[in-house]
Amino acid sequence: MIDFVRRHPLWAGLLSLFVLALVTSSVSIVPETRQGVVVQFGKPVRIINRYDPKRPFGTVGAGINARIPFAEDIVWIDKRVRDIDMERQQVLSTDQLRLEVDAFARYRVVDPLRMYIAARTEDRVENALRPILGSQLRNELGKRPFASLLSPEREGVMENIRTGLNRVARQYGVEIVDVRIKKADLPDGTPLQSAYNRMISARQQEARSIRAQGQKQALIIQAEADAEAARIYAASFGKDPEFYDFYRAMQSYRTTFLGDGTEKIGPTTVILSPDNAYLKEFSGR
Amino acid sequence: MQLPIVGLMSIFSGLGSLGRGLFSDNKGPWGQAPGGGDGGDKPPPDKGGPWGDGPKRRRKGEQPSSGNVSSLDEWLTRSRERFGGGGGGSGFSGQAPSGLIKWVVIALVAIWLVGTSMHSIAPEQKGVVTRLGRYSHTLNSGVGWTLPAPIDRVQKLDVENIREINLGSASEETLMLTGDQNMIDIAYQVRWKVSDPELFMFELAEPEDTIRQVAESAMRQVIANVSLQGAMGNQRGEIESRVAEEMQQTLNFYKAGVSVQGVAIRQADPPAAVNDAFKEVTAAQQDAQATVNRANTYALQLRQQAQGESTAFDKVYEQYKLAPGVTKRRMYYETMERVLKSVDKTIVEAPGVNSYLPLNELRRTPPKEPAQ
Repeated sequence: MIDFVRRHPLWAGLLSLFVLALVTSSVSIVPETRQGVVVQFGKPVRIINRYDPKRPFGTVGAGINARIPFAEDIVWIDKRVRDIDMERQQVLSTDQLRLEVDAFARYRVVDPLRMYIAARTEDRVENALRPILGSQLRNELGKRPFASLLSPEREGVMENIRTGLNRVARQYGVEIVDVRIKKADLPDGTPLQSAYNRMISARQQEARSIRAQGQKQALIIQAEADAEAARIYAASFGKDPEFYDFYRAMQSYRTTFLGDGTEKIGPTTVILSPDNAYLKEFSGR
Repeated sequence: MQLPIVGLMSIFSGLGSLGRGLFSDNKGPWGQAPGGGDGGDKPPPDKGGPWGDGPKRRRKGEQPSSGNVSSLDEWLTRSRERFGGGGGGSGFSGQAPSGLIKWVVIALVAIWLVGTSMHSIAPEQKGVVTRLGRYSHTLNSGVGWTLPAPIDRVQKLDVENIREINLGSASEETLMLTGDQNMIDIAYQVRWKVSDPELFMFELAEPEDTIRQVAESAMRQVIANVSLQGAMGNQRGEIESRVAEEMQQTLNFYKAGVSVQGVAIRQADPPAAVNDAFKEVTAAQQDAQATVNRANTYALQLRQQAQGESTAFDKVYEQYKLAPGVTKRRMYYETMERVLKSVDKTIVEAPGVNSYLPLNELRRTPPKEPAQ
């Protein structure tokens, strides 16, 4: 054999290439992440490494698989959980409010044969399911008032959407694992602006009420202080009202005519009558 | 595939000299050559190419010396010549390049074997081994051995390193609706790591995208159940843990092989459009506090004054009680004295006498303010 190789390197090369091609086309290496539909002249004959939730990785399916060279072709289909990302949808609630919803669905090809016949590629499955996801979403969410759209998970809405979508998806050999809402926003323009306005007026109201509350508190504090001062004065001065009258008058004269030292007072002219008590000794009785 | 074939062939050529000897003796045109050596200068017609020509001519001269040696020795010699023929050398000079090539090839094979079947897995890593596509086993940290490259493939995954996904940013608004139908601008970070390398590699088509989407959806769901005030302030911690929990549940349901380490809200602010109104609330709070503070100051002053005045009165009253009449007169005179001492005085003597008051004089300086 070696001699043959030495003598006919070209032939040997061609031959070995041929053998290599034969070997490689008669086995196929199947990774864990893919399942394959074996197609014989366009007719699907069998499925390799089909998804089975009960089988752990590394047991069956993936690895080396034999096939008839040249006659059999393998169409690869993803075995993993894939994602359908829906474009934004406007949803109208029963109380005529709009919400922009962004959702996604996760799916897995569970029946590669059906999927191959119905759509051939994952992209086409996704393109087919995307509008259905949108309409399911609109239908389910449109049955509800706005307030409950915000947390549709609570009322099993997502499960309804998933079931509805799954009904269609099954025709493509696909199973919907989960449907979730990624975003739920108010649409730009009037709805958003009116929400902003509502927020602003609510804040203004809050601000005003906080100020009023502060004032109320301040008034109460002042009144309490006034009351307490009055109580203290009364307790003290009430012992002898007559003397208090005199005492306070004296204090008052001093403050009025002389000032208490804190501010300048105007000059005062006093016109006294000789009958004044202070001048009573003037008359020289 | 090129490399292994070359390697295998070189192994054969290096070790299987016996087999080769047999090959060349039994069949093949080179084996015939010694027998047909006396056939003259002409090369056999079936031989072509430079290999056939070179050795042939030389062999003519050497043939007698080798004489009747065993076919193995003979073949070895000849094969050496043939290999060396290209270089133009004879006998021993041809041996060096052939040996060199052999050793280089062996070394390459060894490097390939060791390089692709020995794997050092760092402490934070795990190596997922697939044998011809099928999952075989997972290597732990340390040195792991597998079959060489095209058969076994090892994909190393960092399972300890905590990865981060940032959602929302400070520069751009990410608005979400809260339970009380307000908008909040929120930015947060999800920390996660791979908990199960096989699931992580084989279950999800785009693991990182999935985590991101699940995070967004979980955050939206949780925020939709709290009020704006809660989301901005006191319920942050609760929100973070609920989002992490929700994410973990969903990802487990997907069999993602991911463990969510935590969610951190980096920013939860009102949208820019209403920010002024929110600042106004803060300002109002400050104002209210200021008003209350002023009232407290007033109250404190008033109390102190009342206490001071009443205590002063009490002290005087104590003394007054001891000698009421005298004390009263004394106080009266003292006060009048002090008051009248420093003011302008006019005493109008007789009743019925009208004196013109020199008002200009009286108002030398205009009175400042009426007494308070």
